[in-house]
Amino acid sequence: MEVPILRQGQFLIASIQSALTDADLSHLREALIAQVGRSRCRGVIVDVTALDVMDSFAVRTLRDIAHMARLRGAETVIVGIQPDVAFAMVQLGLTLKGVATVLDLEEGLAFLNRRTEERTAFETKPKKPSGRG
Amino acid sequence: MDTKKGMSVSTRASEAPVLSESSAGLLRELVAHLRQNRTQLREEWARRITRAELLTAMTEEEIFAEATAVYDNYVEALETGTFEALQAYSRRLSERIIPRGVETDEVVGIVLLLRDVLARSLFTKYQDNVEKLNRILDSYEPAANRIANTVAVGFVEERERIIRQQQEAIRELSTPVLQVRERLLILPIIGVIDPQRARQLTEQLLRAIRANRAKVVVIDVTGVAAMDSGVANHLVQTVEASRLLGATVIVTGLSPEIAQTLVTIGVDLSEMATVGDLQGGIEEAERLLADRAPPTTQVREIAPESTR
Repeated sequence: MEVPILRQGQFLIASIQSALTDADLSHLREALIAQVGRSRCRGVIVDVTALDVMDSFAVRTLRDIAHMARLRGAETVIVGIQPDVAFAMVQLGLTLKGVATVLDLEEGLAFLNRRTEERTAFETKPKKPSGRG
Repeated sequence: MDTKKGMSVSTRASEAPVLSESSAGLLRELVAHLRQNRTQLREEWARRITRAELLTAMTEEEIFAEATAVYDNYVEALETGTFEALQAYSRRLSERIIPRGVETDEVVGIVLLLRDVLARSLFTKYQDNVEKLNRILDSYEPAANRIANTVAVGFVEERERIIRQQQEAIRELSTPVLQVRERLLILPIIGVIDPQRARQLTEQLLRAIRANRAKVVVIDVTGVAAMDSGVANHLVQTVEASRLLGATVIVTGLSPEIAQTLVTIGVDLSEMATVGDLQGGIEEAERLLADRAPPTTQVREIAPESTR
């Protein structure tokens, strides 16, 4: 099943609607990374609300998407992980380290807006200054 | 009262279908004997209960009142061969005496005492006619055993029901996820964490994060006396699962002992934000919330504080 990739302002939104095969996931990864460069976007949101299972391949693909998109200049955030899925994931040791995750699409957009604002504000600094306040 | 009950004996006894004609007759005779000597046997029983130091949680009057009721129900069960009334009574009795700390062995003890008291009185009555005594005992013993069984089982079942009820109540009480302010939850953990409770705790927390759209969660473990590696790892997993839902977790109130154990057994807590006490945790959480809020809200939130 093809995952639709929508453009919303500076961001790309990939909303997964049903369980995906490994091939579908690889295809999504390639399509997203290609689109990031083509549309010069600053952020990617992958919505996994509809998934009630997340296996190691899916988690690795999501992590790869995040890392590859970063190399192409876009922040990635995963949104909508279900509570049961989240707990199953940590029990399997699939913790998506280094990848931003937030509750839902709305939070995801807010998160990316904040990150892009910060990036424009601190253009010279590569990382968000830590320990503010 | 005795005579009135005595009159109904014949009609009721004829309803007992399980017994053959002769043993029904014997049982009828037995019941009549127990009715006749009700006062004396009851007193003897109550005396033996006191002497055996059973039911120490109850006064003598109470013991006598309950003994009377049990005695009447006992005789009735012997007479009719039906145990529903006795079962219902023993359940009500258990409901009354369990909160007062009456133990299972006491209940079994008093029922067996009654059995002994009655058997003794039968020995005395039929001691000249051994053959009849044997036949009387033949019909008395199975019924008496079943009665003892019914009362004891009734007591234990009631006790188990209460235990189940309390477990349920404790389970519900034990994991309150509280919203302190918008997007900030606290989860105070008190008492022992077993694997089942830990699991339930995590489930409730993750649901609450979703339902309240929480950004920061403070887990306070001040009330946890000890923590083994299993529980500590579970805590780490909870923190990671919460992060997947977009919430930051701050753990507060790790006692010196727990801190020592965790370091000694080598649980990796480096991924976990920890603050000394609950107050510090909430302050840290509010800082995180202010940090994450969009700039406009930030200004709005800070402004009233500076005018204070």
